Amino acid sequence: MIRLPLVEIDSLVVDYLASRGKVRAVEDVSFYLEKGEKLGLAGESGSGKSTLGLSLLRLVPYPGIIVKGCIKIDETDIAKLPEHEMRSIRGKKVAYIFQDPMTSLNPVKRIGAHFVELIRTHEPTVSKEDALERAKTMLKNLGILPERINDYPHQFSGGMRQRIMIGLAIALNPDLVIADEPTTALDVIVQAKILDLLENLRKIYGMALILISHDLSILLERCDKITVMYAGHMFEYASSIELHKAPKHPYTQGLLQSIPNIEVTDQKLSAIPGSPPNMLNPPKGCRFWPRCSYAKEICRVKEPTLIDIGHNHLVRCVLYSEKGAECE
Amino acid sequence: MNEVKIKRSILGRLIPGLTSLVKKGPSGWIVILGIVIVLVLVVMTSIGPWIAPYDPNKRVGPIRASPSLQFPMGTNHLGQDMLSRILWGGSTMLQVSALSVLVCFLIGVPLGLFSSYAGGMFDRTCSLVIDAVYAFPGLVIAIAIAAMLSPGVINMALSIAVVYIPSYFRIVRSQVLSIKELAYVEAAQAAGAKWYTTLFRYILPNVIPSIVVVVTINFADAILTAAGLTFIGLGLSIDIPDWGWDLTSGRTLIASGAWWVITFPGLMIILLALGFTFIGEGLSELLNPKLQR
Amino acid sequence: MFCIAKKVQNVSEIVKVEQLKKYFPVQKSFLEQMFARKISYVKAVDNVTFSVRKGEIFTLAGESGCGKTTTGRLIVRLIKPTSGKIYFNDADVTNLKGERLRLLRRKMQIVFQDPYASLNPRMKIGDAVGHPLEIHSLAKGEGKKKLVLDVFDKVGLTPPEQFTSLYPHQLSGGQRQRAALARSIILKPEFIVADEPVSMIDVSLRTTIIDLMLGFRKELGLTYLFITHDLAVAKYISDRIAIMYLGKIIEMSSKENLFLKSLHPYTQSLLSAIPIPNPERERKILELKGEVPSAINIPSGCRFHPRCPYEKAECAEKEPELVEVEKDHFVACNSY
Repeated sequence: MIRLPLVEIDSLVVDYLASRGKVRAVEDVSFYLEKGEKLGLAGESGSGKSTLGLSLLRLVPYPGIIVKGCIKIDETDIAKLPEHEMRSIRGKKVAYIFQDPMTSLNPVKRIGAHFVELIRTHEPTVSKEDALERAKTMLKNLGILPERINDYPHQFSGGMRQRIMIGLAIALNPDLVIADEPTTALDVIVQAKILDLLENLRKIYGMALILISHDLSILLERCDKITVMYAGHMFEYASSIELHKAPKHPYTQGLLQSIPNIEVTDQKLSAIPGSPPNMLNPPKGCRFWPRCSYAKEICRVKEPTLIDIGHNHLVRCVLYSEKGAECE
Repeated sequence: MNEVKIKRSILGRLIPGLTSLVKKGPSGWIVILGIVIVLVLVVMTSIGPWIAPYDPNKRVGPIRASPSLQFPMGTNHLGQDMLSRILWGGSTMLQVSALSVLVCFLIGVPLGLFSSYAGGMFDRTCSLVIDAVYAFPGLVIAIAIAAMLSPGVINMALSIAVVYIPSYFRIVRSQVLSIKELAYVEAAQAAGAKWYTTLFRYILPNVIPSIVVVVTINFADAILTAAGLTFIGLGLSIDIPDWGWDLTSGRTLIASGAWWVITFPGLMIILLALGFTFIGEGLSELLNPKLQR
Repeated sequence: MFCIAKKVQNVSEIVKVEQLKKYFPVQKSFLEQMFARKISYVKAVDNVTFSVRKGEIFTLAGESGCGKTTTGRLIVRLIKPTSGKIYFNDADVTNLKGERLRLLRRKMQIVFQDPYASLNPRMKIGDAVGHPLEIHSLAKGEGKKKLVLDVFDKVGLTPPEQFTSLYPHQLSGGQRQRAALARSIILKPEFIVADEPVSMIDVSLRTTIIDLMLGFRKELGLTYLFITHDLAVAKYISDRIAIMYLGKIIEMSSKENLFLKSLHPYTQSLLSAIPIPNPERERKILELKGEVPSAINIPSGCRFHPRCPYEKAECAEKEPELVEVEKDHFVACNSY
């Protein structure tokens, strides 16, 4: 039985046309996501993960443009969709949780009003009272007292505001929720609570989730599949268990060896030498070669292709061939 | 990245600087356009007194003569050649504006620096006084002071300067207040730097970009205020050729059809003010950090 | 001026703070000032006592708003304490001023969190790193240049000659932090406060910076006060850790004791919430009620009691002292 994926991205390329030059933020990214799956997008600054997330909603800010590739959500290629049709997809089919909960809520609007406006924009037939009822139910699911529906954003703490953001994202029961660094500004206890909340709501409403983060620990813990991005390229894609047990790409290996794990005694951490490339002038060939301990001559010249090495494990590295065996 | 250090001449640095300005898009072009306008006018007015065909204060032709080959900008009601008056008047204009900008800068910037760095009662008192001055319409203050002082280039410059000191003070102060809290200033303090080192080597260089913009806009404003003052007859004595005075006399002459007496000085004032504004606005666009990821 | 260590201790304490307090008055509107009877304070640091032993890495950990950053700044005398004492090499430096303070600054340095804000954008990094030498008249001209090149080499900004003439905006975050590190060691200090030095740097570069700092401890005989909210990093780098909550230290011990047998409920909750980079590991988080209260309205008695899962009747009244429960393991909790 063929299961049609919810999200299918094929050879996506996104550029930023800055005054100083062209930055290829996302290059040749392809993956798919099933209904109800949890995907983690891992990467450091400049990796293109946020751009990728935004392009799923066609919200890449100026001067970014989607150059080529297709983004299929439920079989519709939204890369080419006209703007007015895009608006009915945003919020309803695909929702986005922005990074900063402090500035994403309108300070002069009550929380109830936020929800009501959102619901009635996409479902005009719903009455104000019904919308308010739905909002109160949502607040309960978020762990916030429903009586607070008439409070203003500044009356809530950072953690609660992030929950409200999550609630707003889920209010219309979208098929896909993209959370961009939802926990970066939060402390570790609040962070854990928020991620638990996201997981509970996901189970209740049955959405797919894309979690974007630079913190690989969170992604390994919470996601089924992980995509590792570097300088706009997809370097590795695998289930989180597979990625943790047997990471294939030298970058992934390096990353895993540099994350402190409190359950390991006397851990030896190793660093990846060098620094992430300047995206205005990335290295030729494989973008990672200046920092790679396995770099060969060919890496400086030719960009490796994305190869499936079996068990749905994709790697972009010259060390691996089609057969799935490491070649020297 | 091999850097070879060559001692470049001023011109050697200028050409790449200009080309990079052009590359920066519309805001760069505006800056260049402004620079060109200002340069042309400055050159014109500086060599003005030498290339002026006639003595601007003497009657040299028929009154209210329309522009001709002999008098390219016509003559006014006193038979004075307008072109010569324009050339001479421009230099007066620029002298007054330049002097007032200089005074403003030398008073406003240090005051802003020390006031905001020191904080406390001193800062609050200064701000109060400066805000009071700022609350008055600029021209009114200029008129009041110019009326009290005897006419002359220096006094006129002073009366204009008072109007703009608050602008410098406020901009410098707001910049210093925000920069003061940044980590690199704390780092300097943690390293043991004395207060004047922190202020002049760490804070001031980062305030300068915003001051540059204020200077150019200030220049434009000063020109207009100076013209305004002489328009109503204050600031300069009649025997100094001046665009503002020409505006006044030109106003009454329009009725009799002598459009050239008011038009040319008016155009010059607008052009000069525009030139400086272009530089200021363009620079403000360029210097505003537009962080693109 | 700085005395030798007390003979009573076996290990000398390079920095000691006693009952340190820092209260920030809350800005009130004019009307509020007229009608309110008391001024309320943000009690950022509320009676903190600890000492840092020579050669160790002592970590102050806790969530944002707990007072760890303020404590760090108090120790390097960037801000003045409301009350309490600060000792450096057994000398009271709490109220040091002028030239004596400047001499102290040669021995104590600080590395800031934000690599994008801790370097003067208008100064070449070579000049910025060498400036402390100028301030203390330690070197000039060629001599200064050589010291700067030397320290750039130490932090891995090689080749040094190239980097010294660059401006901060030409460097990446990791490189800037190395420059900041270089600036902190150029005076050959004895003690460095590192305020979240890696939290704003890419993950792949963090280990490099941390390893550099560890290397300098050996090479230059440095002692560190490490401030962080990331307990996983704290576990990697520290010798001793103190956990802060709402301006107070609630647990302090060696690293091993803290992670193996933490005593305070807050510490236990914090540790349980740290993500483990292992998808097959299920963990149970010790839940806390509510959220962190504001530092203006600190709960009575034990300031943690409204959130504590083991709250007892006396906790709302009695504020627990930091007591030594076992060798070198301190806890502030009414259950001990």
